[in-house]
Amino acid sequence: MKLLLVGEYREGKLQGSVNDLMAFAQKMGAESAMFLVGTEGDVPKYAGTLYLADVKKCGEYNPAVHKELLLSAVAQAKADMVVFSHSSYGWDLAPRVAYALKASQVSEVVDVVDGMPVAPVCNSKLRRTVQPKTAVTVLTLQGGAFNLDGEPSGTPVIEKIETAAASALVFGGYEQAEQGGVDLAKAQVIVSAGRGIGKPENIAIIAGLAKALKGEYGASRPVVDAEWADHNRQVGTTGQTVSPKLYVACGISGAIQHLAGMKKSEFVVAINTDKDAPIGEVADVLVVADLKVFVPLLTDKINAL
Amino acid sequence: MNILVCIKQVPDMESKFKVGGDGLWYDSADLAWRMNEYDEYAVEQAVQLKEKTGADLTVLCIGPERVKETMKKALAMGCDRGVHVADDASYRKDPFSIASIIAEFARSKNFDLIFTGMQSQDRGSAQVGVLAAEMLGLPSITTIVGFSFEEGKITVKRELEGGVKAKVTSPVPALVTCQLGLNTPRYPTLPNIMKAKKKELVSVAVSELLKSEAVQETKAVYFPEKKGGGLVLEGDAGDLADRLIKILKEKTAVLA
Repeated sequence: MKLLLVGEYREGKLQGSVNDLMAFAQKMGAESAMFLVGTEGDVPKYAGTLYLADVKKCGEYNPAVHKELLLSAVAQAKADMVVFSHSSYGWDLAPRVAYALKASQVSEVVDVVDGMPVAPVCNSKLRRTVQPKTAVTVLTLQGGAFNLDGEPSGTPVIEKIETAAASALVFGGYEQAEQGGVDLAKAQVIVSAGRGIGKPENIAIIAGLAKALKGEYGASRPVVDAEWADHNRQVGTTGQTVSPKLYVACGISGAIQHLAGMKKSEFVVAINTDKDAPIGEVADVLVVADLKVFVPLLTDKINAL
Repeated sequence: MNILVCIKQVPDMESKFKVGGDGLWYDSADLAWRMNEYDEYAVEQAVQLKEKTGADLTVLCIGPERVKETMKKALAMGCDRGVHVADDASYRKDPFSIASIIAEFARSKNFDLIFTGMQSQDRGSAQVGVLAAEMLGLPSITTIVGFSFEEGKITVKRELEGGVKAKVTSPVPALVTCQLGLNTPRYPTLPNIMKAKKKELVSVAVSELLKSEAVQETKAVYFPEKKGGGLVLEGDAGDLADRLIKILKEKTAVLA
């Protein structure tokens, strides 16, 4: 088996998700090569061949062109498995490449069991193993599902690739997130503040931890009613229903209306001085502590990782 | 203008799922069915475009008889006609087969725009729209959270990670896949629900449209390992933080 790992480059930077791809190759124990539309000055630490196209010529977002480049790399590398991240770049490009290669694609792979990719069903409530029936397969990997053992190392051997292909699409630039336009439903990590924060100034503590975890901060109804947080951050039946990978409930007792809004979270940490707070019933981990002391400490330690 | 919107009927994700008898999908008994959430945004955007341009709007759905209920909602939201691809075994079809059915249906119809959800809530492959566009030789843009149509071109915003959006312009015909938050899907009004009952809703046998073989098969569907019982951590705050970080590294991907 020979893997071709598809790296990503956005807003002038190589994306860190490339490590997940290398971790997957490591897990598979398979030979690999890498593909990137990027620049020679910003390549991953990788001991293998890197098929590199110039992002200045090909553009960061240009699927028809990237597809042709990738097909050329697949042919040169004689790859029989093309591996993407399940990201806005990966899920966009992968089916185009799969179709051109007459390959079967399995999306958002979280594991490999008996050589078969495993994918989530119904928001990860179920899982399924999939048997591709084609000579070449295409996978997109769920972010964080595969972790590299050790640090990436090596210097890639660069093979430059080009294409004359053109695209019907015209990329018109990036638009950064609007201030305050928070959409908790899509956040992977939510750190929520409850009545236990005590005073509005302590929202900053909660927001600090959310930032350290690259997530959003939310709030329970009492915090919103008190106007310590905007309504668009409210989690619960009258606010938003969320299902992040990690939900951290700080000073939230766990009223049923709140639990209804966050019980689908994959992993729940509760921080509460009350060991018997109902939030403990849905929490994977209950930290019995004063959030005003514990949360800043935790934030500092995470930032130092 | 001629528009197609493709929708899927899915169970309410709050449902208590069971593995079905054949072990290849969830059991379809005792579930509440609804329109795939992403597709509601696709229907709304298509209806808004129809209202602006006077376009003709067809909604397509593949599945057993019960999916007609979901199609009626799309008709009540403003689609002009429904095409139901009757297939009791649609749950076993891979994304390639589903896309093949859509492409075969759309091939000779000269649609200017095709709207789909960016993925389904149950299978979540995020492949069908793009595959169908590739099969039809159309440009496609995925994960849109903004849409406008001016002078024969569409300008959309793609949602990227971290709240960043990419602006993209494409000529039509084209296909777009819709992300949550693209618009505010309307609730069908009672008069529109009544009107929808009179709209054309035809059924086509899947065998008339499916001309290709599946490229993959599901071997087994099962529940992931259960969460461990809630762990209670007590003690010195600094020590607690270290222990919690260790747990987050082991149990979640958020510190990766």
